Amino acid sequence: MANFYNDNSDLRFHLGHPLMKKIVKLKERDFAEKESCDYAFLDYEDAMDGYDKVLEIVGDICANVIAPNAESVDAEGPSLVDNEVKYARGTAENHEALTRAGLIGMSLPRKYGGLNFPMVPYVMAAEIVSRADAGFANIWGLQDCAETIHEFGSEELRDEFLPRFNKGATAAMDLTEPDAGSDLQAVQLKATYNQKNDTWYLNGVKRFITNGDADVSLVLARSEEGTTDGRGLSLYVYDRKEKAVTIRRIENKLGIKGSPTCELVFRNAPAKLVGHRKFGLIKYVMALMNSARLGVAAQSVGISEAAYREALKYAEERTQFGRPIIQFPAVYEMIRLMELRIRSMRSFLYETARFVDIYKNYNAISEERKLEADERAEQKKYQRLSDVYTPLLKLVSSEYSNMIAYDALQVHGGAGFMKDFPVERIYRDARITSIYEGTSQLQVVAAIRGVTSGIYLSAIRDMYEKETLKPELEYLKPPLEEMTAEFEKYAAHVTEANDGEYLDFHARRLVEMAGNIIMGYLLLRDARMDDKYQQAASAFIDIARAANLEKAEYIRRFNIKDLGLLKYNFDI
Amino acid sequence: MKGLKIIVLAKQVPDTRNVGRDAMKADGTVNRAALPAIFNPEDLNALELALRIKDTNEGTTVTVLTMGPGRAAEIIREAMYRGADKGVLLTDKKFAGSDTLATSYALSLAVKKLAPYDLVIAGRQAIDGDTAQVGPQVAEKLGLPQVTYAEEILSVRKGRVTIKRRLERGVETVEAPMPLVLTVHSSAPACRSRNARYTIKYRHARTLGELQDTSEDYLQLRKDRPYLTIDEWGVSDVGADVDQLGLSGSPTKVRKIENVVFTGRDSKVISGSENDIEALMKELIDSHTIG
Repeated sequence: MANFYNDNSDLRFHLGHPLMKKIVKLKERDFAEKESCDYAFLDYEDAMDGYDKVLEIVGDICANVIAPNAESVDAEGPSLVDNEVKYARGTAENHEALTRAGLIGMSLPRKYGGLNFPMVPYVMAAEIVSRADAGFANIWGLQDCAETIHEFGSEELRDEFLPRFNKGATAAMDLTEPDAGSDLQAVQLKATYNQKNDTWYLNGVKRFITNGDADVSLVLARSEEGTTDGRGLSLYVYDRKEKAVTIRRIENKLGIKGSPTCELVFRNAPAKLVGHRKFGLIKYVMALMNSARLGVAAQSVGISEAAYREALKYAEERTQFGRPIIQFPAVYEMIRLMELRIRSMRSFLYETARFVDIYKNYNAISEERKLEADERAEQKKYQRLSDVYTPLLKLVSSEYSNMIAYDALQVHGGAGFMKDFPVERIYRDARITSIYEGTSQLQVVAAIRGVTSGIYLSAIRDMYEKETLKPELEYLKPPLEEMTAEFEKYAAHVTEANDGEYLDFHARRLVEMAGNIIMGYLLLRDARMDDKYQQAASAFIDIARAANLEKAEYIRRFNIKDLGLLKYNFDI
Repeated sequence: MKGLKIIVLAKQVPDTRNVGRDAMKADGTVNRAALPAIFNPEDLNALELALRIKDTNEGTTVTVLTMGPGRAAEIIREAMYRGADKGVLLTDKKFAGSDTLATSYALSLAVKKLAPYDLVIAGRQAIDGDTAQVGPQVAEKLGLPQVTYAEEILSVRKGRVTIKRRLERGVETVEAPMPLVLTVHSSAPACRSRNARYTIKYRHARTLGELQDTSEDYLQLRKDRPYLTIDEWGVSDVGADVDQLGLSGSPTKVRKIENVVFTGRDSKVISGSENDIEALMKELIDSHTIG
């Protein structure tokens, strides 16, 4: 029987990374629940076996329910009936299957009905679901909101909302407004506190809200009258049962058509405060966005995997000039490039997920007891790494998924442009990944801090360069060292000019150079652990080196004075 | 109302749906090694019906009963992952070679041992033998009413079950008193997938026979959690008469197995004219291909 987990050995490979030992131990608090809970893990091996078995279930449902539904979901889409979003038939069936299988709220603690999964297997599930249907992955992936309530909500709020997820509650994060998209500080939806009944009320409009009619919605609203920036915003949880939100419309989109994108009007909608006032954007939404970005990265990898497999299959079957087209260099290069990009971004995805796992676990443990000095140091180290890895990963993976979907369609030729093959849907679905949860351009704004602070460079020098290699892989190290030296040189060159706009202008080039080096080292590590990755590592490093050279050359020849020539002058 | 006690009869079968070139041995017998062993498809439909009753009737328990070699414990675990509460593996060398009569004899004894129960639910037929005899024979041996070809359970009320049956030319709704034997048709809802929590919970469930063959221990765990030990019953556990089992208890004798190879004959071209179509229809009806 088809299974999207079992048919992809890369997944088991990444799940088995040595750092998982630490992550599992932290997440399971030294297996404290093994006596009291009949589905708690007994030890490390048992936990790994458990993740594996659960991912098999995900792979089964994805291959046999969700993927077969994807086409009809795309054609049918959700509809608005009596102010309620009605999912496409297939979407409802997908959600029901995953709920029944106990796969909603996977990362929540067991006392709330969750599986207490770390990020790595949870993100892996997200990748697999995205391969089956990227639009549906949003609906499933919004269970991230439960994690936010768990992380920042009061005990009371957790008890009220969290147990509902495992029973199939859907979620939404209501952030964007007509005049507050990339600039969330401009959010205007108003939250007013009524002292008489100790309740907050929300009034205003939200736009582009994925799964806007969800059971549980996290809403960013302005609680501090007279403020205009992010410090006046708080986060609320709104329960659909209140029936105080009008759905004005469902957007008609290019892709991910099964995922309902709504415009919402809040009219005196009662809501509960999450955490503390004024922390809405600056702390909670930032955390939520970081996990959502990791989610988009997983989605990008899943979409890419789906596109790659479609392209490979077609290229093997399609015969022209008397040969299957995969035998032509122009075609096999496209296919190989897809494979390399997928391997490299997948390594990057799970590396980042591991970092997030470690610091988030320490965050949670610090609520239970005081952390030891070495634990605090680790917490800080991995948080810093996560903060700069996440936007870079989101940038790279979403852009890759677009390139891969583009090439996959190209491999199909004219047939790919028709609705007859899944690749046209995959191509449309990929397009959103570099836009939502912060556009690629905004990921660069976040990631450039990894360049200016030197975190990328120290990660490369202190972690990756120091990893020992097998002698037969040594030849791959000098090019990476050269690339690192070059990156260091041009990062310094740009930052030393001390001109904000000049830095912004080259920012994308610099962060992408860092990304290429990091992914090169990660593939090298994969090759050290398993020989089958050696070819990928070697080929990727070749391509990455050429790409970095091109960027470096552009920066080198670029005269800061020429920046003015590129500008649009709106004063005229 | 209090929950029901349901017994699901299931069989592990070779997956005959994906038969490759090496599916049969040279001597004409099934090459079991080349075919993966799976949960008989209609038994999965049966399990789903049982689990749906459990979903809506609190306190209901579902026990899976299977007869087969040691490895058939796999389908008991599979059923547990999907929501069954426990399982019994009926296994003994003396059961080997049983036809449907001997099998239903053994199963009916095991069902009796599991009494009291309200419902026995089985798939209509297994994809290896395709006889559809075991379910009805079990009902006969237990002296219970039986409803075959069940597709949906419409209600379970006051000791009676209302069932929709899928027949060749339509559906029929019948009511029957419990205890009752049901056989389930493949048009019934497909079985749900595994549940994550149950899978984690029951993954270490083993029969004693399996435990002897592995080094895996978790001994203390098994002591604390009795549900991790799958019952294994032999001939003496169900008090069976050995003469009614295995080859000696099986009146069905396989005389010869023939490998049928479909070969293409000469093709015939028929035009779209009324005459040609009519002639073809007549030919097909005469040869009993249709009608």
